[in-house]
Amino acid sequence: MSTDWTSYPTGGSSVTSDVIDSSSPGGYRRPAAPGEPLLIVEDLRVQFTRGGRRINAVNGLSYEMVPGKMMAIIGESGSGKSVSTRALMGLLPPTATISGSIRFDGRELLGLDEAELRKVRGGDIAMVFQDPARSLNPTMKIGSQITEAVRAQSDLDKKGAHARAVELLRLVRLPAPERRFHEYPHQLSGGMRQRVMIAIALAGEPRLLIADEATTALDVTTQAQIMELLVELRERLGMAVIMISHDLGLAASYAEDVVVMYAGRAVEHAPVGTLFSNVRMPYTRALLGAIPALEREPHSLLPVTPGQPPDLSALPKGCPFRPRCSNATDKCVEHPPFLEHEPQHWWACWHPAGTELDTAPEVTAAMAPATAAEAAHHLEQEHPDHPADQRPAVNQPAVNQGVTR
Amino acid sequence: MTAVEERSQGSPAASRAPLLRARNLVQEFPVRGAGGVKGGVVHAVSNVSFDVYPGETLGVVGETGSGKSTLARSVIQAPPPKSGEVEFQGSDLVKLRRGALKQARRQMQMVYQDPFGSLNPRWRIAELVEEPLIGYGEGNATTRKKRVDELLDLVGLDPSQYGKRRPHEISGGQCQRVAIARAIALDPALVICDEAVSSLDVLIQAQVLNLFEKLRRELNLSYLFIAHDLALVKQVSDRVAVMYLGQLAEIGPAEGMYRQPLHPYTAALLDSIPRIDPATGRANKPVALPGEPPSPVDPPSGCRFRTRCPRAQQTCADVEPQLVELLPGHQVACHFPLTIPENELPPRPAPASQAAPDPAIAGG
Repeated sequence: MSTDWTSYPTGGSSVTSDVIDSSSPGGYRRPAAPGEPLLIVEDLRVQFTRGGRRINAVNGLSYEMVPGKMMAIIGESGSGKSVSTRALMGLLPPTATISGSIRFDGRELLGLDEAELRKVRGGDIAMVFQDPARSLNPTMKIGSQITEAVRAQSDLDKKGAHARAVELLRLVRLPAPERRFHEYPHQLSGGMRQRVMIAIALAGEPRLLIADEATTALDVTTQAQIMELLVELRERLGMAVIMISHDLGLAASYAEDVVVMYAGRAVEHAPVGTLFSNVRMPYTRALLGAIPALEREPHSLLPVTPGQPPDLSALPKGCPFRPRCSNATDKCVEHPPFLEHEPQHWWACWHPAGTELDTAPEVTAAMAPATAAEAAHHLEQEHPDHPADQRPAVNQPAVNQGVTR
Repeated sequence: MTAVEERSQGSPAASRAPLLRARNLVQEFPVRGAGGVKGGVVHAVSNVSFDVYPGETLGVVGETGSGKSTLARSVIQAPPPKSGEVEFQGSDLVKLRRGALKQARRQMQMVYQDPFGSLNPRWRIAELVEEPLIGYGEGNATTRKKRVDELLDLVGLDPSQYGKRRPHEISGGQCQRVAIARAIALDPALVICDEAVSSLDVLIQAQVLNLFEKLRRELNLSYLFIAHDLALVKQVSDRVAVMYLGQLAEIGPAEGMYRQPLHPYTAALLDSIPRIDPATGRANKPVALPGEPPSPVDPPSGCRFRTRCPRAQQTCADVEPQLVELLPGHQVACHFPLTIPENELPPRPAPASQAAPDPAIAGG
């Protein structure tokens, strides 16, 4: 792993170091000094052994984030986005082999004992999960669940914890917090439950909130409400947010920084504007092209990337995207380093978009609606048995036939 | 509901007789409160009418609980709707008996969301695809085997390689291809896709969407395509129906609806989608629709969307809006559709904020 860490940025924070909510008992701690990275993940590797096979869930993931930012980690299922953040929280089962380094505010988290980890979890770093229905205890009133979290994280007495819990519910904009306090999770809608989960996560006044697919199970209108809440809380409380998602559109709309993961490593990392206007990694471009967009005509075909994500127990040599990539050459058998090729823009690719060997057209062309006639033309042309050596262009509208393994 | 029949354009098949004609579908389920005493009724689908023409794809979008899946189930008579008509290829399915219904169902197949859940994990792929052929007594073992190979080829799975595998040995996207092969095995006229690509990753989703498109062209299939993702529905549909709390809010040509939504709910849905502008690579800022859908057990009077609608008036609480054709082939159920500019709306005496106790609170 030849990651060049000396060149990582140390600026760009927009955090005010003021205590934000002075009315709250305890108040919010001052975040790390602006400009200093809050979190540095370096060459993180996580392996599981299942049935005698070694599954490489995370393979040398490296990223860094400054305090107060909203960063998105994007990837498909199995890309290691959740596993890597669970490693950060110390939530992986003991069967997992973890190596590398996770430094939070200058402190190494890997190798901490359970008691120290518990202080970090919920205290400095909190997490909100996808399914609020399963994360809440169905037999406890939501007020008790928040009070429990408040008391675990502070020295407040019963009365003070109650007041703080109601205040947290108000902070997450739960309608009628005093009344909801005495209700059970099943009496709340999915969106309200997620607000309660966020309130519990905020009980320890975290400096980093990890939202792991926190809006995936919600409807699109509720999703917008929860995302707005996260944006507002981040600004008010000055905490950093990592949103883990499979939805590029969601990341583009809310995050400032985007890390794209594939097969357990970061393949592209850039500020959101840079990433989507100047995509370099063919995988990111393929993701962008495959999103059904409202701008496309009905019945247009989507540009197709053949094959599937690699088997994590038998990763291909070199670039993991190589078997599906239209730009792949012999060079790609060599592992591409994840480097800052342009200011604030990291990628891991030998033949990125916009270079000589790039075979696919610009992403803007790929996103343009394919007309029905054009699509029909491609349909006629395609051959049922894809020759293995024929590399279909990522942006060429064609129905995928060959299923590579 | 005559307006439905008077569609002047909007689909290539407008002049032909509809393949599926649903009229005034109502589906309700009783619910019990604590102790099983208190009774109530979930108004899952209320008075929904629509047509699907041969070779056409009708998309159905709506939030969780809007009744879109119940609508699909009412169409295939599982269970039959409480009232209404489902005319499919000329016969009313609601009135059909078992044997006749089985024959009618042969022509309409479903693909569900969870590809693993809809395939028997102990069967091999070839057996799974053969099952519908056996069920309808098609051919003998040799011809069936040939047909299975054909079907697997058609959905992009190499029969020699995948036929002997079991569902857990293939990926989610491949499982969905198997489910699709099963659905098209009997040459149906209509395939109902209930969130059929929602659980797939975006690159695999694109592969399966293109497969649907290919099959539509090659086999002249009609689809009833149900999903919560508007962009996805638009991608595959000729016409789109927007459902809210068991009712149709709007139905019309896909392209027209996205260019000019008529119902405030459709506009709100469109505004809340996070997306990237393909030209600039810049993202939009989604606008959240305040509040949550009310309970289908006790839907609001009049227009069911009025509790969240920015344009709601007193009329909306008193009178239930009917579907009206405002643009060619484009109907909307709204007293104050978006064709009326904001400043021409009647002045409102009091804001319709009865749903939220505190107007400052965005809701759920």
